[in-house]
Amino acid sequence: MSALDRPVVRPRPVYLNLIGIRLPLPGIVSFLHRVSGAVLFLLGIPLLLLAVQCSLGSAEQFASLRSALAHPLGKLVTIGFVWAYLHHFCAGIRFLLLDLHVADDLAPARRSSAAVLAVSLALTLVVGVRLW
Amino acid sequence: MVTRPLRQAVGAHYGWKDWLAQRVTAVVMAVYTLLVLGIALWNGGVDYALWKALFANGAWKLATFVFMLALCWHAWIGVRDIWMDYVKPVGLRLALEALTVLALAAYVGWTVQILWGAR
Repeated sequence: MSALDRPVVRPRPVYLNLIGIRLPLPGIVSFLHRVSGAVLFLLGIPLLLLAVQCSLGSAEQFASLRSALAHPLGKLVTIGFVWAYLHHFCAGIRFLLLDLHVADDLAPARRSSAAVLAVSLALTLVVGVRLW
Repeated sequence: MVTRPLRQAVGAHYGWKDWLAQRVTAVVMAVYTLLVLGIALWNGGVDYALWKALFANGAWKLATFVFMLALCWHAWIGVRDIWMDYVKPVGLRLALEALTVLALAAYVGWTVQILWGAR
């Protein structure tokens, strides 16, 4: 077997310097999609169920939930979950479109990831302004 | 001789059905979310009477239950992916996956209690 026929063997495993790599915007959106999903699963679902259960209990419970959410701390928590839901929602729509090969070239994909960040933050801001 | 890689008990499920389910459930949840938003905006906010009447409606109860099933199915795939990516020891991964299933089952049970339980 001549040297030419021999397959090129690269040293494996390959170790990436994760700290040295700058994550591009679509990567940041993707990672935040995962983080927001995890938070919604772990805290969002039980808190949502608790809130719905409380709100349907009685008019008094409905009012006390209202006032708890009107507390500054309640507002902050609400805004946090609103952002998590909005980001997960918008990034999810983007992934669905990418699956359909809509804007899946490099440049449009970068632009759409910026749009996801911007739209979810802007909508969170709108909700935040309305709450305060 | 060709040797096939061993299939891991808690590895990927070697198929596209989870991928598809994650997307279908996402669409279901998106529609329900827009419905809730639409109802709130249409009525200019939600008070107790409206909220109570909405959740007394059988069709809405069913829609909410389907939303919750979609949410839990969706979350199962997503959270399982997180365990598969970051947790390598098989025993620990299996334990975390089992806990995830239990949590999701509890969420569904809780939803049934809220929707159809005695108040």
